[in-house]
Amino acid sequence: MEIQSTNTTWTDICSINDLTPNAGICALFNEQQVAIFLCKQTNNVYAVANHDPFGQANVLSRGLMGSTEETVYVASPLYKQRFNLVTGECLDSDKEEHKLKTFAIRIENEQVQLKEAS
Amino acid sequence: MSKQRIVVVGNGMVGHKFIDTIIGNDDSKYEVITFSEESRLAYDRVQMSYFFSGKTAEDLALTDAAYYEENGIKFVLNDKVVDLDFDNKNVITASGRVESYDKLVLATGSYPFVPPIPGNDQEHCHVYRTIDDLEDITKSGETSQVGVVVGGGLLGLEAGNALVNLGVETHVVEFAPRLMAVQLDEGGGSLLRRKIEELGVQVHTEKATTEIVAGTERRYRMNFADGSHLETDMIIFSAGIRPQDELARKTGIPIGERGGIVINNHCQTGVEDVYAIGECALWENFIFGLVAPGYQMAKVAAAHMHGDSETAFTGADMSTKLKLLGVDVASIGEVHGQTPGAQSYTYNDEIEQVYKRLIVSADGKKLVGAVLVGDVDAYGNLLQLKLNDMNLPANPSTLILPSSDGEESAGMGVDALPDTAAICSCFDVSKGDIKDAVAAGCCSMGELKASTKAATGCGGCSALAKQVLDNELANLGFEVKKDICEHFAYSRQELADIIRVKKIKTFSALLTECGSGLGCEICKPAVANILASYWNDYVLEDEHVGLQDTNDNYLGNMQKDGTYSVVPRIPGGEVTPDGLIVIGEVAKEFDLYTKITGGARVDLFGAQLHQLPAIWKKLVDAGFETGHAYGKSLRTVKSCVGSTWCRYGVKNSIGFAIDLENRYKGLRSPHKVKFGVSGCTRECAEAQGKDFGLIATDKGWNLYVAGNGGMRPRHGDLFASDLTDEELRTYIDRIYMFYIRTADRLQRTSVWLENMEGGIDYLRDVIINDSLNINAELEAEMESNIENYQCEWKTTIEDPEKLKRFKHYINSNETDADLAFKVEREQRFPIFKDAIEIKELS
Ligand code: SRM
Ligand SMILES: Cc1cc2nc3c(=O)[nH]c(=O)nc-3n(C[C@H](O)[C@H](O)[C@H](O)COP(=O)(O)OP(=O)(O)OC[C@H]3O[C@@H](n4cnc5c(N)ncnc54)[C@H](O)[C@@H]3O)c2cc1C
Ligand code: SF4
Ligand code: FES
Repeated sequence: MEIQSTNTTWTDICSINDLTPNAGICALFNEQQVAIFLCKQTNNVYAVANHDPFGQANVLSRGLMGSTEETVYVASPLYKQRFNLVTGECLDSDKEEHKLKTFAIRIENEQVQLKEAS
Repeated sequence: MSKQRIVVVGNGMVGHKFIDTIIGNDDSKYEVITFSEESRLAYDRVQMSYFFSGKTAEDLALTDAAYYEENGIKFVLNDKVVDLDFDNKNVITASGRVESYDKLVLATGSYPFVPPIPGNDQEHCHVYRTIDDLEDITKSGETSQVGVVVGGGLLGLEAGNALVNLGVETHVVEFAPRLMAVQLDEGGGSLLRRKIEELGVQVHTEKATTEIVAGTERRYRMNFADGSHLETDMIIFSAGIRPQDELARKTGIPIGERGGIVINNHCQTGVEDVYAIGECALWENFIFGLVAPGYQMAKVAAAHMHGDSETAFTGADMSTKLKLLGVDVASIGEVHGQTPGAQSYTYNDEIEQVYKRLIVSADGKKLVGAVLVGDVDAYGNLLQLKLNDMNLPANPSTLILPSSDGEESAGMGVDALPDTAAICSCFDVSKGDIKDAVAAGCCSMGELKASTKAATGCGGCSALAKQVLDNELANLGFEVKKDICEHFAYSRQELADIIRVKKIKTFSALLTECGSGLGCEICKPAVANILASYWNDYVLEDEHVGLQDTNDNYLGNMQKDGTYSVVPRIPGGEVTPDGLIVIGEVAKEFDLYTKITGGARVDLFGAQLHQLPAIWKKLVDAGFETGHAYGKSLRTVKSCVGSTWCRYGVKNSIGFAIDLENRYKGLRSPHKVKFGVSGCTRECAEAQGKDFGLIATDKGWNLYVAGNGGMRPRHGDLFASDLTDEELRTYIDRIYMFYIRTADRLQRTSVWLENMEGGIDYLRDVIINDSLNINAELEAEMESNIENYQCEWKTTIEDPEKLKRFKHYINSNETDADLAFKVEREQRFPIFKDAIEIKELS
């Protein structure tokens, strides 16, 4: 039996050049849809689940990035709820079911890499 | 001192209001317990009919258990109070519960009167009073094709609307010779009837039902006194209300001759320590069947218990304004000519279907009453004149005459109102209260609603409340804060000026120039829109991509499941058979749901992100362009065939419409813009409902501006008449560009014009007389925009870099496996898990 080691290894997703600055893309990772965002001003990358828990559709990668005070978020393209890109929390609801799963993300040698968050 | 124990019988709108008021006074002093016969705590009965357009019992709730518990209020539901014991000061309920009181409040409301017609108690015979009733009506509706409302008063018509919403054939049967006999005079009643009949509701007046028996074609047959009959599957009785005074009757509390618990100015009944408020109470031989007087009584009773015997109930105004089956109706004061010597002015426009009647005192100085049907804009003004007993203007007819050429009809500014003027009658908020709130720092409608509750009931006062608020802010020298969001301390217009004058081309440059943070879903699309309006760059340029709102982002309208719709431009609605065939072929190949839109073109739904480029490639190859159904830009120029085919057409409306659509296509503006062009006054293109409406006449074009359909329909104002093609184009160029420069974000031309100081006259001055000396600039900007036009989809499919984004996964060619479809009426529809708590946030 092969032991799943997703918690410890990084998976290559795409080149950093495949990302559009200040916008999102969707990646397939461990059979999950992951929305990845690149913030040009801060040079940070973020990864959260692509599924919108309000609209119930796989669309968050197509949302708009924004900030309020220090929090960086994505606003759903369907009904505009905002989700913290670092913690996955919904800024417009504190219900647990509205929180997004987050993923560990980094750039290594121009490659965008994902890992299950520990 | 031990707490005063207050028992409130009935937890309806007024009972709840009383509780809310008394705990606001001093909750440590009272112990409150309330009983309700219904299964729910108080809910908004006034708005109850919204149940049929999707509101739930929860949405209608005025309070909840948590709030009561938090404030130490005990409540017992589903338990009717059946007896009172004044000697021991106890109430006794149906379940046998006994509770003592120091003060007792009866807020038992009223019950619907059901005429004593044999057969009125069968299944599928209903009344219209509680949410439970509405649930029963809905159930009956599921197995009914025809429904009858007995009673053509205010509530009867509301019940009629419910039947229409349930999709059953609707009849209203009224005993009196006209509808809404209490509120309307004959002229108003007959126009209302005509309008309602046009909506498909059949009205039968002067019909007295004698019996309800088994039907032959439908479930029941109603026989009328005049020998006629009507077959139906269900019946709603709405023949008036009666005060719920059963308990008082039984226990000997004095009641009126025709019912109702007698109260004095402090809402005290004839028994010590017992009060009555709301619809069950009879004050000076009068029952008030509206909620606002009930709320006043609640306040008066609470004040009296609190030791304040100054506050008194002094009667209430019964004026009403409402929308019944989509028809605006209003009635003020006394309208049946019972005031001696009263005279009247009547305005009756059979074409526009507007009826207005003004009744004035014998000396012509004061307003006695008014009836408005079809156009109730004058209501606010007239009501204030009446309530404040103000003197009428020298020529009162101007108050009801329609405004010519879009001029504001003669009214009075809100400045003229006295401080005591009631602005919101639902929550008893006066102009003075609003003034106080402003003085205490309130400066937006949101804050005003939170602090005074004004405009949070029926909503009828919100326009007036906003005017008073703005007026007060202006009087205090406040500048109304217009910052677009936390990232820019500027209004949209100011940002547009900065961008235009400093020639800023990107969002990041603007952020550096005058903003902070990363931006948000408010400022990004707004700035993208301004940049596009002035520089008309390709919207998916790297710098712009991250700014676009949902639909612009992928040049398509996102549907609920995340797929897109595709709308090719069909200028003027004219399309060749070959063009139609290509659209058909594309739809077939990609299995897209196909529909003719409300804008007279074709929409193809259900395209997945990765399919968009292939779909558009085929459409563009066949000569189609993007229809910008996703953009805040020119949508459609709707046209009739005009003089080319139509026997009445006086101008080539279709040719002109196509020219206009091609001229302005692609141009981004604060909100979408629609045109209509009609070939003659019959107006088949509905031009007066569009942002720009053109109607051909023998002498040239009439240009209407700022029409709107949608959420708040508005007829356009006539801007100028008898224009040549050339004049028309020049005026539209200027107005369009002036709108782009000065409107707020997401402001349609209708709202823009309504908010423009000086209104249409000012606009004419700017556009026709060049009073701001900017016309040359406006025209040049328009020209440069037209030159820079590109079909965004053509540009996109030609650029492999751009196409990379049109893939579901960046790292896989798989597609979204969660999408699911079903087939209905031979086409494909999404299967959708019910979305949870969908609410538009903004
Ligand atoms: C497709 C269509 C309905 C249909 O099946 O017929 C439609 C569909 C949408 N309308 Fe509409 N409207 C459509 C004709 C209309 C009309 C009729 C007309 O144009 O003559 C109106 C009233 C006229 C008017 O605009 O004044 C109309 C008034 C609205 C409004 C309300 C605007 C307002 O000022 O109150 C919205 C909401 C908004 O824009 O904020 C809206 C918004 C929308 C959106 C964009 C909502 C959204 O964001 O998803 C819908 C998506 C379009 C799509 O998926 O392609 N739609 N919409 C019609 C497309 C016409 C076209 O060919 O482009
Ligand atoms: C469809 C509809 C539309 C309306 N539209 C408007 C409008 O547009 N504008 C407007 O101003 N008004 C409108 N009204 C009228 C408005 O709803 C009433 O004026 C208001 O609800 C009166 O409040 P209330 O508390 O006196 O009575 P209710 O709200 O009827 O509350 C009385 C409560 O007491 C309970 N009760 C009665 N007897 C007992 C008992 N013995 N023991 C325990 N509980 C008891 C009843 O079950 C009920 O729940 C509308 C009414 C209806 C039905
Ligand atoms: S408006 Fe009607 S009548 Fe006039 S030209 Fe058009 S289609 Fe003909
Ligand atoms: S008058 Fe009803 S909310 Fe103000």
